[in-house]
Formats: sequence, C-alpha cells, structure tokens
Amino acid sequence: MLRSGLYVSLVAAALGVASPAFAQSTPTSVYIPAILELSGPGAVSGTNFRDGMLLAIDEINAKGGILGRKIDTPLLDTQSDASISRAQVQKVLDNKPYVILGPVFSGSVLVDMALTQKAEIPEIVGGEAAAITQKNNPYVFRTSFGQQFSMPKIANYIRDGIKAKTVAVLWVNNDFGKGGRDNFIKEMASRNIKVVADVSTESGQADFSADVVKIKAANADAIFVYTNEEESARFLREAKKQGIKSPLIGETTLLGQKVIDLAEGAADGVRGHVGLTVDAPNPAVKEFAERFKKRFNYVCDHNGIKGYLAVYFIKYVTEKMGKFDSKAFAQTAHGLTITPKQEPGILMEATWDQNGDIDRESFLGEVVNGKQKIVETLPKLGK
Amino acid sequence: MASFVQLVVSGLATGAIYALIAVGFTLLWQTSQTINFAQGEFVMLPAFFILASMNLGAPFWLAALIGIALSILVLGLLFKLVIVDPMLKHGVLPLVISTIALSLFLKESAKDFYSSQAQPFPALVPSTDVHVFGAVVSTQSLAVLAVAIATVVALHLLLNKTRLGRCMQATAQNPTLARILGIPVRRMVLYTFLINGALVAIASILISPIYLAKFTNGETLGMAAFLAAIIGGFNQVRGAILGGVILGVLDNLSAAYISSQYRGAFPLLILIAVILLRPQGLLGRIEERTV
Repeated sequence: MLRSGLYVSLVAAALGVASPAFAQSTPTSVYIPAILELSGPGAVSGTNFRDGMLLAIDEINAKGGILGRKIDTPLLDTQSDASISRAQVQKVLDNKPYVILGPVFSGSVLVDMALTQKAEIPEIVGGEAAAITQKNNPYVFRTSFGQQFSMPKIANYIRDGIKAKTVAVLWVNNDFGKGGRDNFIKEMASRNIKVVADVSTESGQADFSADVVKIKAANADAIFVYTNEEESARFLREAKKQGIKSPLIGETTLLGQKVIDLAEGAADGVRGHVGLTVDAPNPAVKEFAERFKKRFNYVCDHNGIKGYLAVYFIKYVTEKMGKFDSKAFAQTAHGLTITPKQEPGILMEATWDQNGDIDRESFLGEVVNGKQKIVETLPKLGK
Repeated sequence: MASFVQLVVSGLATGAIYALIAVGFTLLWQTSQTINFAQGEFVMLPAFFILASMNLGAPFWLAALIGIALSILVLGLLFKLVIVDPMLKHGVLPLVISTIALSLFLKESAKDFYSSQAQPFPALVPSTDVHVFGAVVSTQSLAVLAVAIATVVALHLLLNKTRLGRCMQATAQNPTLARILGIPVRRMVLYTFLINGALVAIASILISPIYLAKFTNGETLGMAAFLAAIIGGFNQVRGAILGGVILGVLDNLSAAYISSQYRGAFPLLILIAVILLRPQGLLGRIEERTV
C-alpha cells in the first residue's frame, strides 16, 4: 500500500501535477494565492475577505478570466498568527505567484511584506495599520483606508460635528488598535482637542466594566472607540449598562451591522466614519451586497468588500498592462485611478497613491433603531 | 465607592463562572488524574448546542435543557469512553496531549459547523439595572452570581451530604481502599465526568451572554479556569472556587486601579507567588508521591 502510494507520488511529481507551480505553468490560469486568517481569532475578518474574493474570482472566471487566463487561488490559513502567515508567504513565493492576496491582520502584514518586497511580488492586503504603507515598500497595496486617511476624517467630525473640546480614547492593544490610537491622538493634538483618558484593552477581551468605569470618570465631550468588532459590541453593552452619556464615536469596526446586531440595542446613537459599508448609498455596492448575501447567506462586512475589490483591482491593472508581470504591476498601480465606468467591479472610484494607499469617498454614519444610517458622504481626501 | 462596588460585583459574577469551570478541572483530576486542556472548549460548545436547538424552534428554557443533556452525554460520557479510558492506561502525558488535540478539534468544528462569527446569546434575565450604594449593578450580573452560587451549593451538598457524594470522595482520596470497601469506583469516576458535563453547560449558559457565543471562547476561559484551579488548589473543590473568585475580582480591580494594559499579567503574578509560597494552592493539601 505504502509502495503503491509512493509510485503514485513519484509519477505525479514527474508529471509536475503535485506542485502548485503546475497551475502557474499552464497558460490557462494565473496563480494568485490568498493567505488569510481562516481560523483563530481573525477568522471572521479572514472568511469575509475570502468570500468577497471568491465572489469576484467566480464572476471574472465565468467571463473568461484575466487576459484569457482563469484565476487560480489556493487558500492558505495563517491561523491568525503572524509567524505562520510569514511561513505561508514564504511557501507561496517558492511557486512564483503573480500577486498575493491578504492577509487581513496588520500584524501579519507587517511581518510578511518584507518577503514580498524582496521577491518583487505585489501584495494586496486587508490590514489598515498606518505603518504598512509608511515603509517605502512599492509592492504593498490596500483596498481599504489606512488609518492615516480615516483618522483625519474622524477628527474633523469630532471638532466640527460634535464640537468636542475633550475626548477619551479606548483602543485595542494590537497593531491595528495601536496604529489607530497613535494617529488619532496626533490628529486630536493638531486640532487642540485634549485627550483626557487613554484606555487600552486586550484583543478578545470580554469584560469591559473596569474600562468603562475609567472612561466614565474622565467625563469627556466625546469617546472614541477603536477596537475589533466583537469587543466593540461588548464595550457598547457595558457602556449602556453604566449609563455613558457622551457621544460614542468610531470607525467601521464600531458601526458595522454585525456590531449593531451583537450589541442588541446598545449601539443606537453611535456615530462615526465608515470607509466601506454595504449600506453605502451606492447602487453598485448594494447590488454587490445582495449577490454576496445570496451566495454566502450572511451579510458582508467591510472585509468582504476589501476582498472583492482586491481581485477587480488586479484584473484592471493587468488588463491595462496587457501582460502578467509582477514588477510592472506595482509600477502601473501607483498613482492609478479606476472608475466604475472603466471597471464596474471596483464599485466606487478609487485612487492608489505612491505608497499603495487608497483614496475614495467615504461616509459618516449613525446607528438608528438598530440599523446603520449613512448621514453624509465625504469626498476623497485628494479632492 | 460606587465604582468599586460595581467592579467587585461584576468581578464576582465573572469569577463565579471561572469557579464553576475550575471545579470541573479539580473533579476530573481528583478522580481520574485527568488534566483536561479542552475544558475551555467544553464551555464554548454547549452554547452552540443551545443555539442550534433554538434554531430548530425550541424556546430558550427547553434549548438550555437540551444543551445540558447533550453536554452531559457528549462532554461527559463520550469524552470518558472515547478519549480518557483508552488513553489513561498509557499515562497522564498522552491523555494531556489528547485533550489538547480535542480542544483544537472542538474549536474548529464549532467554527465549521456553525459559524466563525460571534453569535448573540440570550441572557437568563432581562437587562435592567439595580442601584446599590450609588453603583449601577446589572440584574444579569446578579443572576449569574445567584445561579453560580446555587450550583456550587448543590454540588457541595451532593458531595458532602449524600452517600453517593461520600463514595465519590472516597474514590478520589483512595481508589484502592474504596474498591476494597465495595464502592463501584469506575461508576463513581464516570459520575464525575457527567457532573463536569453539567457544570460546563451551566457555565456556558452564564458566560455566553457576556462573551457572545464564539468558537474561540474556550481559549480565554480554559486558561482562566486552569489558573484558578492552581491558585486555589488543584485537589480541592473549595480551592477552585476561591481561585475563580480571586481571578474575576482581581482582573477588574487591577484594570481599573493599576493598569489596563498589564491586566493579563496580574493573575500570572499571583500564580507565581502561590507556586513559590504555597505550591499546593491557597486551600489545597500537600500530596506526597513515592517512587
């Protein structure tokens, strides 16, 4: 039995069919592996990104693929662990990918990106930490706002919309939260808004009673909450329980529908900036959201949209170049603007700058009766 | 003062749940030398049994009973028959490794068969607030505390005031002598596994409205309960209860009054202090081993 298994392996190896490189060597497909958080604490983000990505891949492959080649995307799990993520990137680099998709966790991206830069392979990531695009790496691109783009919009809203003079900050102590907190505090300082409480929380934290006591005691004009989705919901429940009256302001991770559902009424009145949302007043986004829900039977979050846009971004850049060339991809993508007219799958007009950051319209939202309501559309920062 | 009361009540509620889980740890250790590293996942899983039952149309109270029954069956009986019995004869270490493997299996299975996303879980009582010395205390915290205390008292009565309980204690203290005295040791050991199945299901019902039902919940809970059991004394049920309560209250007070960034370190500092100064745990007894 063992021997026959060995023969099969040897024959397969001789034919080259056991290697992922086989996929790349065939002219009918292009090898674009995805390295995502499919298990562990980041599984919600990773699976949303994966499903958005798979929807786009199936749509593109059904229409003949990119330049006549079908997208071949094996899924590799980081287990939400930066070191495993790095090992997975190293593994796929051996097979010479065209582009790499993921990961979503900023901590993983920050340890992976040196490898892809060295191999000159573009990486379309889901991480939002500001540091990702501040390392002069020409091969890293985002499909969501980096914190250096979203925080000024939030800061303007706190100054002009809330008219706050003091603010309390509650953030999650990981790369995502730390990056957001640092950028937020910088933006507050430049607007002469005093930070009267600076409270860090842990990823996966369940009990927020101590944190809410500290925040409440600070008596700030506004409270900025920057944690991951589930922690946001737990915080909102505790904040409601302890009768917090100051406006709660946040980002997509505070106003998403999943947070609203988990908070069970405690999210009403929460306001903030939303970069990507299926509730955006945009027909293309709404149609995408319906297709996603029909296919996967749940409501897509912002990570699902990131995954979807990433694949269409690759398609557009490649078709613009007319060839599969990883190095040329990175050069072409910098400074590029894609409109929905040019590529409907991009959903909203977007521009990538020289650092790989994206700029596009975003939204101010408020939670009303258990639903996210978009109250204002904010223009691109570059306009 | 109001904040302090609020933090203590909230900490007691969380600590009481840790205590229930830690009691299960100690029961399994005392009767069968089983260190169950899947204990956290054992608490995570019944919430999904209950949610699945509710999705099939069962009201919450019925779903909770189904969840407890399934937990006793799967996490008590099947766990003992399929994993503990075959592995224990090879020593404690293979069993420990098996429970680590089981924890991974349960975690990933819950994710694949239900969802990777956190799910809202119904609370035992509606969310209203009670004002105590100016502090706002939620009825949910009080209900959690009440149920946890009632469960511990019921367990105490079972173990100390019934013949069955005394037989179980005899089995835990000296299985050879218990066997000579005619106590059905194997059956007594089985009962502790069934009790552990019930305890983790109750803990799951209490903790899931706070944590939300999610496949990763076991990581935090298992570690907290393990620390509680060691701090309190791995070979004493009352030690596990004390350890759980200390951890819950300490976590809240240290985060509020010392540092929220280092809150995770304080339980470990207590653990180190206990290991150095009182290795048997705060209420544990010294066990001598001979070779």
